[in-house]
This record gives sequence, structure tokens and C-alpha cells, in this order.
Amino acid sequence: MKKELRVVAPYGDTPGDGAVQMSFTLPVPVGDEARHAALILAGKMGFQDSKVVFMEGIDEAFTFFVVYGRTRESVDFASIRVHKVEYEAMEPEEIHRFIQERIGRKIVVLGACIGSDAHTVGIDAILNMKGYDMHKGLESYPGIRALNLGAQVPCEVLVARAREEKADALLVSQVVTQRNSHLENLTRLIEILEADGMSEDLVLVVGGPRITPELAKELGYDAGFGPGTLPEQVASYLVQEMVRRRNTGG
Amino acid sequence: MTEMAELSLDSEKIARSRRAAHRIAREVLDRIGRNTTTAVERAVLRLLGVDGVTRDGVPWVNVLVDSLQAGGVLGKGAAGRLVNASLSLGLSLEKTAEKAVCGDIELARVPEVEASEVREAVRAHALEALERVDGARALREERRERLGTGWEPLKYLIVATGDIREDIVQARAAARQGADIVAVIRHTAQSLLDYVPEGSGLQGVGGTIANRENFRIMREALDEVSEELGRYVYLTNYCSGLCMPEMAVLGARERLDIMLNDSMYGVIFRDINMVRTFIDQHFSRAVLARAGMMINTGEDNYLTTADAFEKAHTVLASQFINEQFALLSGLHPGQLGLGHAFEISPKIEDSFLHELAQAQMVRQIFPDSPIKYMPPTKYMTGNIFQGNVQDALFNAASVMTGQSVHLLGMPTEAIHTPHIQDRYLSLRNADYVFRAMRHLGEEIAFAPGGRIQRRAEEVLGKALAMLEEIAGMGLMEAISRAMFADISRTEGGGKGLSGVIPKDNDYENPFEALLRVEREGS
Repeated sequence: MKKELRVVAPYGDTPGDGAVQMSFTLPVPVGDEARHAALILAGKMGFQDSKVVFMEGIDEAFTFFVVYGRTRESVDFASIRVHKVEYEAMEPEEIHRFIQERIGRKIVVLGACIGSDAHTVGIDAILNMKGYDMHKGLESYPGIRALNLGAQVPCEVLVARAREEKADALLVSQVVTQRNSHLENLTRLIEILEADGMSEDLVLVVGGPRITPELAKELGYDAGFGPGTLPEQVASYLVQEMVRRRNTGG
Repeated sequence: MTEMAELSLDSEKIARSRRAAHRIAREVLDRIGRNTTTAVERAVLRLLGVDGVTRDGVPWVNVLVDSLQAGGVLGKGAAGRLVNASLSLGLSLEKTAEKAVCGDIELARVPEVEASEVREAVRAHALEALERVDGARALREERRERLGTGWEPLKYLIVATGDIREDIVQARAAARQGADIVAVIRHTAQSLLDYVPEGSGLQGVGGTIANRENFRIMREALDEVSEELGRYVYLTNYCSGLCMPEMAVLGARERLDIMLNDSMYGVIFRDINMVRTFIDQHFSRAVLARAGMMINTGEDNYLTTADAFEKAHTVLASQFINEQFALLSGLHPGQLGLGHAFEISPKIEDSFLHELAQAQMVRQIFPDSPIKYMPPTKYMTGNIFQGNVQDALFNAASVMTGQSVHLLGMPTEAIHTPHIQDRYLSLRNADYVFRAMRHLGEEIAFAPGGRIQRRAEEVLGKALAMLEEIAGMGLMEAISRAMFADISRTEGGGKGLSGVIPKDNDYENPFEALLRVEREGS
């Protein structure tokens, strides 16, 4: 490891200058006092040489600021270890061959936005024929029977369908995160699956803008995928995990 | 004033599209006309002033309609049953409703009064109810006239805190920054509730509970800020979901200006039964027509699910269908905020040209309707700086093509419900682009045979073909074949079918006749 990656700080135009740009709003009227308040706040946040480069009243009660400052903090980049979903990326054709050769039957994948969530953009991107950004969704995979149950699916309905369809994997999407509603929904699904003794037989995957692999594990899911995930990434993980489990007898 | 640049569109194709859409809407209405729904009956009772709530928070209208349904007499119409009981007992409608809710009487079993007497009394109550609707309309029109409104494209901003009091703080700030229209986003699962949750203290998720009290206090706050600014600020909420007809009544009574109301959205995106939705939207729109409100249709949603470039014609086809359903409910073209969106992938070459073609085409095909233009969402990435540029192009397309209602894009789309500075940055962006390009549309011409012209012709041609195909098979069949948004729904599936009730021969709904101002669609 190169030495400089032990001490990493934000880079503006010289190494280690610690330059940070930020913007925020304070619930105060615009004026010299407002500017001062923003500078004090930046100082308390640990920034040095802070400058309010722009401020404007949003209305008489709020002021918007653009502030630059320098931080003296740094991170030891070399020491960072991040939990990642373990799989080898494959292209759709490879996935198809993998299913034929290593699994030998069509696999069944059920997807849904559970609970109150009506935002299907994520689950649609992964499952629907059309996919996302020119990457076709799992419906287009000949080795996968993909069923997208859509928005606001009660956990009980998803579990019942999983049993009925003899699903191999569940993909659940949670986009709305206000007041942590996603955590409640996700926990509830796990509780129902465990009560029904189904959690061991299914590969459980969760996706959404606030989902990380760590959070997914913590909640009892096998894997979690964040924004920008492509359908073939999810499919690669799913088929490899199925084979891994069979091989380990898990 | 100089004319805006126009595309050369085949007027015969437009006329044929309208005729096909008219046949489509007419066929649906003929098929469903012998039914009512629990939601329509609750809306009728709300129009008649039944506003109470039980101690457990259940609206009286739900208790009454459920008991009529259980008693097997809902097919006679809730209005007639309530008025019959009130005449029979010699009590006011409110007192009668209260007794029925408490279980002191059973509406289904009260002795029958002479039918003609009931009919006459029902009509008198209904006329009184419509006077209240007309009164709210007159008040709105007086204020709008006196204060004046912003100039088009009207800047439309959303608030979505979940708490109406915080929404009010943000709505006031938005109006002072220049918003012409404030929309309160609704609690995320409310469309699937078969009742309206009452009270103002409820906390929503992803949005705020929509109910009468919350409508009232938000309108009051915007009235204040309108007076302060000398500019009338519009209020928007949802007239959709399982309570669609009731929301129309509440919006009409509490002086909302605009309601999101689509003839097919609930079927496709919320899996609400299609028969239920078609009945509910018809009655809702009749109420909204009488109240002088604008509707906003939801075609923009197709493009977040299906591809905006390949499926642009489905948006146009749906706009034609929404237009015909609306006209058949008594709305006039000036009340139809037909929706569409700026959602073509920014990776496509000439994407802006295609967006211009579609925006201009919609503007020309529906010249008397206030077209509602929705911002990019699907290809917003979280890179707020890039997002601001995408929104700037959207703003440019809107002002160049003379869109009427312009929902401001947020640089933080795909991250969170907007923070206060997101709205501010968005408004600054729109103000600049609208000012800088205000008369650009009058200075340009579309090259004959050029890319924009050809794109518009292609979309119109495909929309016409789709409409004629749907007219041949019927709309319900078309929806089951996933012709809209790539999503399939069936006539017997979806939520709310148990609330569809066949009308008896003596069905009584005074508002149906009083609101029937059917217009020929084409």
C-alpha cells in the first residue's frame, strides 16, 4: 500500500488542502448576523478558513448559504474493509449457461415493493423486461421465471405467493424511508418468513436507495443492493448463492 | 402578440383519434352505467352534509353505507334511504344519520314514506348541497379575479412533510419564493384506504393525510399568503384511490383549485379494480366540473415505468381517452390539465429535440386545455449539480412550447422529499430560464421535414393506430393486454370490486341528474 493512502483528506486543488463545499439553510432572516451564524456553525463543524461565498434570503424567515471550508480531518484509507455482496459478475448469457449447467431447471424469482411503499422504480428496473439503462431485467432471462408483484404488496401476500410459486428467491424493494418505514416493513417480512419456517429455503434480497449490504445482513437478509445496481448483478449473485448453499448443504 | 411556432400536424389524424377515444370512453360508460359504488354513495352522503365521525374515528358515511350494503338496499341509493328515514321520523338529515350510526334505527328497515315525497325532498336537499358547492366556487373565482394569478407556465411545487402544520410553513415559504401552485403530497398508502381518515393531528409517511380539515387549514394559509403577495396561489391535492368521489366532494367544499384525477391511473398503478375506478372517476369528475376545478391527469407515470421514447404514443393515446371521459362527465377543456413528462434518457442523442416535439405536439392537439408538464425523475441520479442542468433543459422545453402547469424539478430528486433549499434552487432555475427564454417560442420555426416535425408525426400516427385498435377491442381488454405502462390488469381483479353495487330500478341519486351536463366529445 502506498504511504499517502494512510492519510487521506479532501482534495480541492492541492493534496491535503481539505477543501469542502457545502450548502445549508438556517431559519433566520438574511443579513450580517445570518452570515456570522453560518460561519460560527462551520467552525463548530470543524472547518477552518470558512467563507460564505453566497447567501440569500429564501423568504423573510430563512437564509440559504453556500460555504467553503477546510477540514483538518483525514482517514486511513488503507485500513478500510467494507462488507460487499460476494459474487462474480457474469453477463446474461453466462448466467443462462450457469443455470443450465449448475442448477438444471428454471429458477423462480418473486419481487415486490412491500408494505405501504408504492415506488416500483427499483424493482421494475431489476425485474421488468425493459430493465434499466439498456440492461434488460430478469423477465428477459430464459432461465428465470421472474414475477413482479408491483407496489404495496402486503408481506403476507408475498409469502403466500412465494409458497405457491415455489420461489427460490425474493427481491423486495423499499424506496420510501421517511420515519424509517422501510425498516419496519423489512423486519416484518423476516418475522413472517421465520414464523413460517421459510427463511432458510429462500435467497432473500433487498434493494433500495438507502440499502447497504451491512444493513441487509443486520435485518436478516442474505444480500442488499443499493442504487445503480444492474439486473445482471442481482442475477449473478442469486444463482451463485443457490449453488453455494446446495454445496454447503445450507 | 406573435404566434408561437407550430408543427404541421395532420388534422384528420387528430380528429380520427378523438373519434376513436370517444367510442372507447362511451363504451366503458355504457357498460358500467347500471352500477354504483360504495364510494359514490359515501360521496353523495357527504354532499348532503353527513360529516360526523364515530368515537373510534370511523366516518359516519362509512357506517351508513356499510349498513345499507349489509341490509341489501344500497342499490336503491344512500340518499333516498337517508331522506326516507328523516321524513319518516321527522328529524333532520344529520340527526337521522346520527341515530342510524348509533344503531337506534336501521336505515334499511325504516317505514317507507310515499316515493314521490322522498324524491322531491331528496332533490331539494341536493339543490341545497349544490348551492354550497357553487358558493365555494364563487368565492374562489372572486379571489382569483381580484388578486390575479402568475403567468404561464405556472410554477407548481410540492410539500410532503407528513405533518400539515409543517406543510403550511413550507407552503408559505414556497409561495413567497414564487410558487403559483402548492400541492400537498398525500400519505403514501392513502389511495388504498376505503375511508377518509379524519382529524388534523395524524402523521403521514411520504406525504400528509388528505382530509377535510387538512384541506381547510392549508387553503386558509394560502388565502392569507395570497392576500399578502397580491397573487392568487392555487392548492392541489389528490382525487384518486378508493375514495376518489369523496375526495372530489371534500375538495369542492374546501375550495381546492386543482385535483390529481385520472381515469386509469388507479387501475394501472394501484391495482384498483377497473369497474370501480371507471364508475368513481365519472362521478368525481361531475362534481369537480360543477365546482369549477382543474384536474391533472397522470400520464407522466407511464413514462416512469415504460420507456419515454418508445412509449410516447401511449401518453398521447391516454390523453385523448382522459379528455373524452372528462368531457362526458361535464368538465370543459379549460379544466383539463392533461399530464405528460420530460423523461427521455439523457443518453439518447437529440433527446431534447424529441422532448420538444412531444411537448409542442401535446400543446397543439389540446389547444384549450392547461397542459401539465412533469419534470425528469427517472434519470435523476443523486448528482444534484447534473440534476440542476437536466431541470434547466426541462424548463426550457416548457417555456418554449407554452406549457400551462409546470411541476418544478428538484435537483435532489431520487434522494429525499425536497428540503427547503431544494425548492428555492429549483425556483431560481425556473425563474431564470423562463425569463431568459420567455418569447423564444415566437422567434423559431420547426424545420419542415426536420427531426422534431418527423418525431411528432410518428408519435401521433402511433397513437391513432393504438386508439383505433383499443376502440375495436374495448378499453378493459386493452388494459388487460398491458397496453398502458406495460402493466396488465383484469376486469375481475384488483382492489375495491366488492364495493361495486348493481343499481335497483328505483335507484335514487339526485346528483347524477343534476350534474349531468354531458357534452359531445368530438
